[in-house]
Amino acid sequence: MSWEPRPVPEPNPETERYWAAAASGELLVRECLDCGLVYHYPRSLCPDCFSENVEWREASGGGEVYSYSIARAISGWPEADLPLVLAYVELDDGPRLMTNVDADPEDVEIGTRVDVRFVDTDASDVAVPVFTPVDD
Amino acid sequence: MAMAESVYVAGAFEHPTREAPDKSTMQLHAEVAAGALEDAGLEKADVDGYFTAGVPEYESGLSPLIMADYLGLDPSYADTTDFGGSSYVSHVGHAASAIRDGRCDVALVTLAGRPRSRGQATGSGARDIRTVQDSFERVYGATNVGMYGMAAQRHMHEHGTTSEQLAEIRAAASHHAQYNEHAMYREPVSVEDVVESRVVADPLHLLDCCVISDGGGALLVVSEDVRSELDRECVEVLGFGEAIGHHDAGRIDLTRTAAEQSGSRAFEEAGLGPEHVDYASIYDSFTITVLEAIEDLGFCAKGDGGSFVEGGTLRAPDGELPFNTDGGGLCSNHPANRGGMTKVIEAVRQLRNEANPEVQVDADVALAHGTGGSIGTRHGAATVVLGREAP
Repeated sequence: MSWEPRPVPEPNPETERYWAAAASGELLVRECLDCGLVYHYPRSLCPDCFSENVEWREASGGGEVYSYSIARAISGWPEADLPLVLAYVELDDGPRLMTNVDADPEDVEIGTRVDVRFVDTDASDVAVPVFTPVDD
Repeated sequence: MAMAESVYVAGAFEHPTREAPDKSTMQLHAEVAAGALEDAGLEKADVDGYFTAGVPEYESGLSPLIMADYLGLDPSYADTTDFGGSSYVSHVGHAASAIRDGRCDVALVTLAGRPRSRGQATGSGARDIRTVQDSFERVYGATNVGMYGMAAQRHMHEHGTTSEQLAEIRAAASHHAQYNEHAMYREPVSVEDVVESRVVADPLHLLDCCVISDGGGALLVVSEDVRSELDRECVEVLGFGEAIGHHDAGRIDLTRTAAEQSGSRAFEEAGLGPEHVDYASIYDSFTITVLEAIEDLGFCAKGDGGSFVEGGTLRAPDGELPFNTDGGGLCSNHPANRGGMTKVIEAVRQLRNEANPEVQVDADVALAHGTGGSIGTRHGAATVVLGREAP
């Protein structure tokens, strides 16, 4: 299945590598080589120290649910996708990122261990990271 | 250092409409401006400062230009700070600074909008991808209520807060709304009514959410010289603070808001603390918005908000912290999805003894606090401390 008709990310020069990596199955974070901050979403200057000495780093893909909410209805959203679990996942690499947890809402709690997976879009160089619960 | 010049709110007007299909949004701006001028006893020609935020339905970044053009204003100072719903609390503070700097003497602040007539539904969310952040948030169906739902879920997880405690906030607001003839929902509701209403985005129910209403409001902030020429009872601006909270590179804490900073800045300037506040208007886009602000403004310790609001604490006139005595955004009015304006207006009413009599508080010090944007991603916080004039 494809991500559409859900809204699709629009890559820009700072973020296109993140989306392209997702399309090849990798979740990237940014790491500042000067102050050590590992951050999300991608920016060319470190949001802590403004260093431009920042690198891409492949995240482990694992994390846990920091918080979540279950939407029962969203206008214009695909019916098959409801109820929708909106969540912040705290990556094992550090940052908390907004995402969806693709699971029965009954199986999602704060602290639930999750792993990343990627949903393709109609664009070959853009995929969307979502997470699914794993047994720990 | 010399004492800072006193600055006053001399005029406050809330549009009585909650649904305005036959009016333009700019017309509502003009009507509320006229209402505030009449309230203060000032003329349009007296206005030399103009403050407004975005005009959402026009999607224009040029709001001070299009609005000054429409209203026929000739300001020597203008400010279009846009933090979402908290903007109008910020405008009061910014107007006070501009007046003290001698940039203007009569600052007009206006808000208007018609989301109800334009058919916005609870739980709906913008899907357009415009900012960099949208690609990392909106693609996941991040509605406003969903993001506040995540904040509530985390607060419950860390502090044991319950849906029933959040419901106390709506119940108190509805208790006040029954006395407001203009309120959108005047029927008092119980804690049970709230928790039994349908879930919109776990753990928030329909009655945890504010109303969607058309309308607007306006304020006039004036210098000491102008105030001395007026017969109207005015309200003194004692302190102001603002702050921005955001995703913080991935370290976002959904249980805390920038009210921690805006509140302490406002109290410091006023030389007062939470213990001096007799009445509080607290932004209430959702019940959790109120709960977190109560903690962050220092009315109770972080995590104790749930027990604090139990037992009628927020109910006027006798509760420990009477709040939102107009019924607030939860029951009365949330014009243009931006509630900061009505927060200031009700605080002014309280200090002028012009609240509805059943909920009038014996107040010398009032606080108005705004939370704009979303505490689930990025938000503006603005706090103003207002005082009754010495007789």
